[in-house]
Amino acid sequence: MSINATLFIQLIVFFIGVMITMKFIWPPLIGALEARQKKIADGLAAGERGRQDLLSAEKRAHEADRAARERAQEIVAQSEKRAAAVIEEAKVAARTEAERIAAAARADVEQEVQRARQMLRDQVAVLAVAGAERILKREVDPQAHAQMLTALKQEL
Amino acid sequence: MADAHVYAPNATEYIVHHLAHWQTSKQQSIVDFSVINIDTVLFSVLCLGLTLWLLYAAAKRATSGIPTKFQAAIEILVELVEDQSRSIVHGNRAFIAPLALTVFVWIVMMNAIDLLPVDLLPKIAALFGWYAAGADAHDVYLRPLPTADLNGTLGMSLGVLLLMLYYGVKIKGVGGFIHELFCAPFGAHPLLWPANFLLNLIEYLAKMVSLGMRLFGNMYAGELLFFLIALMGGYVALNTTGVLLAFAQVIAGTAWLMFHILIVLLQAFIFMMLTLVYIGQAHESH
Repeated sequence: MSINATLFIQLIVFFIGVMITMKFIWPPLIGALEARQKKIADGLAAGERGRQDLLSAEKRAHEADRAARERAQEIVAQSEKRAAAVIEEAKVAARTEAERIAAAARADVEQEVQRARQMLRDQVAVLAVAGAERILKREVDPQAHAQMLTALKQEL
Repeated sequence: MADAHVYAPNATEYIVHHLAHWQTSKQQSIVDFSVINIDTVLFSVLCLGLTLWLLYAAAKRATSGIPTKFQAAIEILVELVEDQSRSIVHGNRAFIAPLALTVFVWIVMMNAIDLLPVDLLPKIAALFGWYAAGADAHDVYLRPLPTADLNGTLGMSLGVLLLMLYYGVKIKGVGGFIHELFCAPFGAHPLLWPANFLLNLIEYLAKMVSLGMRLFGNMYAGELLFFLIALMGGYVALNTTGVLLAFAQVIAGTAWLMFHILIVLLQAFIFMMLTLVYIGQAHESH
């Protein structure tokens, strides 16, 4: 418990030790620690960035998928519509054609009827004359009664 | 050496012998600056050398990649010191953080000498003394624990005091430092100047003395207890009391050794923390 010059020697040793630590020991150790800290922070940041990239890529992929689906649906709908229109057109064309054919047939029939009626008229006149001849038992002058006969023909 | 000198001290002589320093000359008064404790200086320097070698070995191979287990262990210390110094000292820590690291590891090393058997190093010294100079074992003194020497601990706390003054002047300027000496804590009234100055003087002295005394007291008490425990083994004999004493020494020695591991680390940590706190206070203005 006595004080002596050891005190000052210890003081000098103390400062020498601290100086050496400050010069040669502390900087590399703390430098390594800080560099590793930065490395880890960078790594974590890169990981987080990668995760964000993945998320946005997934979102983009989803978006593209959805757009493609929509487009496909649109195309299908359009083609269905087009098909329906084509069918409708075909139906209309067929109906028109059918009506045209039917009309033509009706016209033909009408014409035939007219022709038959004409022939009938002609023959009716002949028959009527022949019948009248028979009834009257005499010759009727066709020229003389032509006017009357024509009138009769018109009435048929 | 048994035939050369049979040395059988009684209990008091044993302890007094263990508490005597290896000195350049026998100290007569309480304060005598012509005397140097060679053992304290020797073991302080050895411990410092070991500390610096250990830390330098880690620093030399320090890498920011995957650290070795040794590097990781040293890095734990560095990080502890860095965190503590950052939270306590607000300012440039290029000197202060290495200071704290050195103080902590160095004091742990010095305190750890206390964990060696109390008679080991003195006996080795006695052997050396006898072979080298033919000295009688009774005249060879060695107290290997530098932190149980008040000179050792006060030397370090004196260093801390000088640093407190240095940083006080550096941060506040000479004018600011002197202003604070006279105007804090009571106030700037001229009548209060003597009281302020006196209080500041006492505060600085108390900080330095308590810092050194705390470490010294703990280690001195621990050392003394080890002497007393070792003393029990000195009375071992082939009778009931003697055998019981041997057991007592083993049990008490083990218990105190385990407890002392805590004190070794704790006191080193406290010294480091107080060093930081005192230097941190020098950075703050009142």
